[in-house]
Amino acid sequence: MKVFVCIKQVPDTETKIKIRGDGNGIDTAGVKWVMNPYDEFAVEEAIKMRESGKATQVIAISLGPKARVNETLRTALAMGADEAIAIDAGEDLDSYTTAKALAAAIRAEGEFKMILTGKQAIDDNQSAVSQMLAEFLGVPHATVISKIEYADSQVTVEREVEGGTREVIQLTLPAVVGANKGLNAPRYASLPGIMKAKKKTIKEIAINTLDTGDGDVRTQFVGFQLPPDKPAVKMIPGDAAAATAQLAKLLREEAKVI
Amino acid sequence: MSTITVFAEFANGQLKKSALELLTAARASGQKIQAIALGSGAKGLVDQLAQYGVDEAYLGDNAAFDQYNPEVFSKAVGDVLAAQKPATVLAASTMLGRDLFPRIAARLKAGIASDCTELNLAGGELKVRRPMYAGKCTAGVNFKSSDTRIIVMRPNQLPTGQPEGKKSTQVHDVAAPAGDLKTLIKQVVKGASSKLDLSEANIIVSGGRGMKEPANFKMLEELADVLGATVGASRAVVDAGWVPHNMQVGQTGKTVAPTLYIAAGISGAIQHLAGMSGSKVIVAINKDANAPIFQKATYGIVGDALEVVPLMTAEFKKLLH
Ligand SMILES: Cc1cc2nc3c(=O)[nH]c(=O)nc-3n(C[C@H](O)[C@H](O)[C@H](O)COP(=O)(O)OP(=O)(O)OC[C@H]3O[C@@H](n4cnc5c(N)ncnc54)[C@H](O)[C@@H]3O)c2cc1C
Ligand SMILES: Nc1ncnc2c1ncn2[C@@H]1O[C@H](COP(=O)(O)O)[C@@H](O)[C@H]1O
Repeated sequence: MKVFVCIKQVPDTETKIKIRGDGNGIDTAGVKWVMNPYDEFAVEEAIKMRESGKATQVIAISLGPKARVNETLRTALAMGADEAIAIDAGEDLDSYTTAKALAAAIRAEGEFKMILTGKQAIDDNQSAVSQMLAEFLGVPHATVISKIEYADSQVTVEREVEGGTREVIQLTLPAVVGANKGLNAPRYASLPGIMKAKKKTIKEIAINTLDTGDGDVRTQFVGFQLPPDKPAVKMIPGDAAAATAQLAKLLREEAKVI
Repeated sequence: MSTITVFAEFANGQLKKSALELLTAARASGQKIQAIALGSGAKGLVDQLAQYGVDEAYLGDNAAFDQYNPEVFSKAVGDVLAAQKPATVLAASTMLGRDLFPRIAARLKAGIASDCTELNLAGGELKVRRPMYAGKCTAGVNFKSSDTRIIVMRPNQLPTGQPEGKKSTQVHDVAAPAGDLKTLIKQVVKGASSKLDLSEANIIVSGGRGMKEPANFKMLEELADVLGATVGASRAVVDAGWVPHNMQVGQTGKTVAPTLYIAAGISGAIQHLAGMSGSKVIVAINKDANAPIFQKATYGIVGDALEVVPLMTAEFKKLLH
């Protein structure tokens, strides 16, 4: 059985974000790119499935500008993925078009049983592609998953919701599962892994050869703004007792939040 | 006139605050309002919905909806929306809303904007903004098609209006979908916390490594009890095993935007700030006057959190009780 892992490349969290000249995106010059942290859990899980004999093949798939996408896919190959597919597309496609293209590419590969994603890409914050992908493939989904158990034709997953409550969900395969932190501890790519990954070929697909297209774009992010400068902090002087009394007063009378 | 459909979550027979926020925004827009509510007791919401100006209520008063199941909910809600074709759908960015609406958007071929923090429906327009890149910037959203547009709003971003007057709300039944399911909820293990979830809390008291040891989180619990707050934590203390992961605030934890966020013994690393810098008022207590958290704070106290937190509890008790 084949396992697909969807991975996205995102700016490293330490990267300073600058806004592009037209205001409709970020300036990518000088940005350090990394694999979306939640997707690392998905890759690790897929490789573990193969190692324990529950899957025969791990296929990493990523959509975005070719050069960047290839870099992330190499990382997945170096971690242990068997094959990689790059869907070459422009910057800033929306969740809808992304999910549609991923679904088309996965369907074309065939024999999909399990599709792993991250619960959220930390650039666009949408938490949408996993569910949309499942809908387009006509299969069930569960996201924010911190535990997966496998049986032949189904998986049982644990999803954490409000107040620390856990839902135990059984999905009939094929299914899309979105990984949360806590699912596993992603491995680092080993040196032999990196060497081996260099020799593997990445299959490239142009997005316009898939059953989708720019006409499908539903949303566009525009008018990017940096957060307004916060007024400077008010440091409250005095010993602990005096400061807390003053703080209580400020919270009630000035900030009016208690 | 175009239509706004609000997905209204409720608990114990009462609309959740996040639902009232959405209904208040919809009511002010002057457009036709529909509401969808699913679960046992939904019929009992009619009066509340009427007071928030709902013209038509789609209610699934059925135990089949008591536990969220993506397959069941996407079919039931998707069918209503596909038939009604509202211009705008509003839902709250709860665990349920975040999971459900992208799937419905795909089904309806609709555009979706998740986790929005600003919403403006005045004059028939739809303006939303949302944080991107872990809160380092915000962006507006252009909906490119004239189809349904789905907005999933973060709780605590919009005001709640008072119930007023009474519309004569038309009630429609939402039946539970029949047929075999590929998604089964086998078990629900209730969490220990009776407090509001971090993502919905209006006040949060968070502790970091500066609390020194796990037992000292008791002090934060006591402060939270006085304020009706929920307790959060930095990743450092989660990783150290002091508190469970569901209490973590930040980039790999929860994103929160309460009215008041109190950070005790938290340095203010960029990944922590990513999860809480949208808070309206931030209070920082740190013994290091140069801690980065002070750059984001509204009010700061340089001092020992173990001394300051209990004093705050006593002070707020005097003020509030
Ligand atoms: C990919 C990635 C994701 C991450 N995600 C998250 C996340 O989601 N959430 C998160 O929080 N972190 C996250 N981190 C970790 C983050 O970088 C910091 O390490 C973490 O937030 C530090 O926690 P802290 O402030 O409790 O501890 P420290 O940084 O050790 O700070 C402790 C603070 O307490 C102060 N202090 C000490 N004693 C006292 C006292 N008696 N009274 C008052 N103050 C005192 C100190 O001056 C110091 O400022 C992530 C890191 C990475 C690399
Ligand atoms: N461009 C992409 N290429 C491959 N996978 C993606 C892409 N965008 C999103 N995903 C997957 O979908 C998950 C959720 O992304 P998002 O809906 O953007 O928050 C991510 O963690 C990835 O696993």
